[in-house]
Amino acid sequence: MNKAALFDKIEGEQFRKEAAKFNVGDSVRVHTKVVEGDKERIQIFAGVIIGIRGRGLNQTFTVRRISYGEGIERIFPTHSPRVDKIEVERQGSVRRAKLTYLRHRIGKGAMAVKDKEEFGSSH
Amino acid sequence: MPLGIIGLKVGHTRVYDANGVLVPVTVVHVGPNRVLQVKTKSGKDGYNAVQLGYGDQKLGRLAKPLVGHLARNGVKVDAPGENGEQPVISGVKRIREFRDFSKEVKSGDFVGAELFSVGHFVDAIGVTKGRGFEGVVARWSFKGGDATHGAKGWHRRSGAIGQRLFPGTVMRGMKMPGHMGVVRRTSQNLEVIQVRTEDNVLLIKGNFPGSEGDYCIIREAKKISNNSARLKQITDARIKVKTDAAAKSAAKKVEKKAGAAAKKK
Repeated sequence: MNKAALFDKIEGEQFRKEAAKFNVGDSVRVHTKVVEGDKERIQIFAGVIIGIRGRGLNQTFTVRRISYGEGIERIFPTHSPRVDKIEVERQGSVRRAKLTYLRHRIGKGAMAVKDKEEFGSSH
Repeated sequence: MPLGIIGLKVGHTRVYDANGVLVPVTVVHVGPNRVLQVKTKSGKDGYNAVQLGYGDQKLGRLAKPLVGHLARNGVKVDAPGENGEQPVISGVKRIREFRDFSKEVKSGDFVGAELFSVGHFVDAIGVTKGRGFEGVVARWSFKGGDATHGAKGWHRRSGAIGQRLFPGTVMRGMKMPGHMGVVRRTSQNLEVIQVRTEDNVLLIKGNFPGSEGDYCIIREAKKISNNSARLKQITDARIKVKTDAAAKSAAKKVEKKAGAAAKKK
C-alpha cells in the first residue's frame, strides 16, 4: 500500500471540479453558500486576493475588501463545497506573494492594484 | 455482539462532510484480515471467538509452533516463494482474538473494511507514543513553581510527597517522575466517516493513540452499540434536522407559489 497514492486519492476526490484559476492581486467575486434558518442562498464577497496559503486540499486564499470604510478580510478554503464559485473580475499585476501592504493604505486608492497587462504590450 | 479488526495507522488528513464542514480523520488500513481460527462454545475452547491476522510476513520469521497452528487452520505454508526466496504469508504478522464476533466467518476467510459502515461508532485501541523519563509537569500535569517572582531553581518540581511523623511514609501510588507512554490505551466512541472497501481503508473521525505506522485495533464501540437506542437517537436527530429543513423549505415554496397565484388572480 502506497501512502502517498492513497492520500492523493482521498484528497483528490474532494477537489473542486473546475479548478479555480486565480492569482494574488486579482479582483474576485466569491460565491459562498450561506444557510439562513432552513434556507440556503448564495452570498457574494467581492474583493482583492491578498494571499494564497497552503497547497492541495489545504489551500486557502484571503480576500480583502473595504466595506463601509472598514477593511474586511475573509479566508476561504479553495476546495470547500461551501464556496460555490470564484469569479475573477480583473487580473492584477503585483510583485509580492502577500499583499499585506494594502492594509496600511487609507482612502480612495486603498484597494488599488495595477491591472495585469497583456504580455509584451508594455514598453 | 462486537466486531473488531486489526489495522495500521496510515496517517491523518481532512475530509469535507455533506454539510461542507472539514472533518479531521485518521486513515486506518484494515486489511485484509485473515480469519485464522474460529473458536466455539461447544468446541474444545469453550467460548466463542475469532482469531484474526493482519500483515505479510516471511515464513522464516514465523515461530515453528505458529506455522503449525497456521497449517492446522488451512493456511498454505508450504508454497514455494518467488525467485527462490522465502514464501511470504499474508495476514499473519499481527494476530489478535476477538470474542463473540458478530459476523459469521470461517477460517480462511478474509475480512476488511466492509465490517463497518459510515456513521457507526467505534473504539480505537493503540499503544501511546513513548515519552521516555518525564517529570511530574509533563507526566501528571503538575503546575510546578513560578517562572519569576524571585523563584530560583524551583520551577518544575513536585513539592512535598508526604506528611509528618505520622504516617511517616509516602503513600502508595504517589505521582512522581518516571517512564511515560508506550501503554495500551483505548479511545472510545469515534465516528466512522468513510469506508473505502476498494482500498480496505477506514476514515475515523479525530485521532487516537499510537503513531503513524503503528498497529491498532478498531472495534465496535462498547458504549454506543451500533444497534443501540443511543445510536438511533443520534442518527434520527441528524435525519430529522435534514428532513425538517427540507420539509420547511418545500412548504415555503408551496406557500410562495400559492401567494403568487393569488396575486395573479
